Amino acid sequence: MRALVWHGKEDIRCDSVSDPEIEHPRDAIIKVTSCAICGSDLHLFHNFIPAMEPGDIMGHEMMGEVVETGSGINGRLKKGDRIVVPFTITCGECEQCKRGNFSVCETTNRNKEMADKVFGHTTAGLFGYTHLTGGFPGGQAEYLRVPFADSTHIKVPESLSDEQALFLGDILPTGWQAAFQCDIERTDTVVIWGCGPVGQMAIRSAVLLGARQVVAIDRIPERLSMAEAGGAITINFMDESVIERLNELTDGKGPEKCIDAVGLESHVSMSQPDTLLDRAKQMVMMESDRPHVLREMIYVCRPGGIISIPGVYSGLVDKIPMGMAMNKGLTFRMGQTHVKRWTDDLIRRIEEGQIDPSFVITHTRNLSEGPEMYKVFRDKQDSCIKVVLKP
Amino acid sequence: MTYLSNMTRPEGEPKVLHSGPSSLTSSDSLGRGLGWFSLGLGLAELLAADQIAHALGMRGKESLIRAYGAREIASGVLTLSVDRQAGLASRIGGDLLDIATLLPAVSDDNPKRGNAGFALAMVMGVTMLDIIATGANTVQHSRRGEPRSYSDRSGFPQGVGAARGRARDDLPDYHTPSTSGFSA
Repeated sequence: MRALVWHGKEDIRCDSVSDPEIEHPRDAIIKVTSCAICGSDLHLFHNFIPAMEPGDIMGHEMMGEVVETGSGINGRLKKGDRIVVPFTITCGECEQCKRGNFSVCETTNRNKEMADKVFGHTTAGLFGYTHLTGGFPGGQAEYLRVPFADSTHIKVPESLSDEQALFLGDILPTGWQAAFQCDIERTDTVVIWGCGPVGQMAIRSAVLLGARQVVAIDRIPERLSMAEAGGAITINFMDESVIERLNELTDGKGPEKCIDAVGLESHVSMSQPDTLLDRAKQMVMMESDRPHVLREMIYVCRPGGIISIPGVYSGLVDKIPMGMAMNKGLTFRMGQTHVKRWTDDLIRRIEEGQIDPSFVITHTRNLSEGPEMYKVFRDKQDSCIKVVLKP
Repeated sequence: MTYLSNMTRPEGEPKVLHSGPSSLTSSDSLGRGLGWFSLGLGLAELLAADQIAHALGMRGKESLIRAYGAREIASGVLTLSVDRQAGLASRIGGDLLDIATLLPAVSDDNPKRGNAGFALAMVMGVTMLDIIATGANTVQHSRRGEPRSYSDRSGFPQGVGAARGRARDDLPDYHTPSTSGFSA
């Protein structure tokens, strides 16, 4: 089969690889019908997150049709079922899964010992996202083995197209969780840093959850136009001061809720000297992530506010003003998305026409064009916001 | 590397059979090559400044050569990072400094002017490569064309007005589930 394979920093290739096989009774094999490139795939593309190995198949946003099931599926899936695969692999049986904390499933990371050492305690296995989270082959491929498939799937109603359903596996619930965990009140100003795909979903979620005003921050005109279409007031941080504008929009009090949809690769700019220092430290391995957005959020957030972090961070960050956060009484909520906690509700909302996540797709290409599309997405060329690949 | 990695993969997992074209272009490879060259040259200048000064007839300039070595290493690290264009630009600046430093050494009163001339020619050649790589990388990574407007992509089939607060109809008083209390 064909698959997008990581060979090293900035080196992705569409390779011929052997087909996956059932390895465990709870496995299923799907024929992938649609998959997408996620912003967090770019962290791997740039080799910012350790423990990738040449030959690893990329991708954690995918859906398809079940073509084979293991003997332990117990009728929960059958051949021909159309499913979205959540990016987090879940057993559905451990203490964390039972609590709905699916992204920290205690069972599915097959490199648990490594994760225990690095994280303190293991998190769930992830598709196509380093050997630290299990080294499971990803879904930017023609076929995918889904481990723990009896639990790790979302059945897609016939009424939904691939384009409407695909993002149930990651960016839609990620944006939703980011907004939901802000405990939005009808009087709140919710600010989203970063108008990439997750930021766009967070904007729509904050609107649905009834925020008084939603503000979106980015520097890319097409992303800002999409944010504005979704009901956000936009700030281009290259043209105006984020702090001044947010204070102006909130009568000098600051926003109650702040969402970081940027993560570890915040934009480096001469006008923000801390980003230059972060980049220099990152290059000599004195810091793994660039946390400019976190600093700005802590500074501008209203005392007693909530900071929600769906953006991916990989390791160590410097100069986080914890004194400011502590004295302002801020609440931090973060984590990989507990996808299955939200999907039944989100499917209903898509079916009812409350939201149609396909709005974010700007490029649909064949899988073989994947290596080129990584660069187009990375360099934000051709007004690219979200790439869907068809195997 | 891929062959070794294939050997360590569990039975039944996909293994690379045939590799396709890389996302790395020739200009990426040229840039990387220049980055490694910077590191190598920088180390040589740091560790062998005395020998280099002697070979070029530039006695008394050892400290300067070491400083240039440190500069080369910094440029190399930057060129090998994702900020390749900045690294290549810093290399061109460094090349100009090198040329300015070497030019006086090709004068008639330097008995090693042959070596200095050869070094100058090398630096000028590498400068050309740096300029080519910078141009190619800039073209490759720059945003092309007018940005499209996505102002018709609300994501709300019934419009933004109808969407505002819609989820509150069925979640009137919601709160984030406690991590220890939520029941799936």
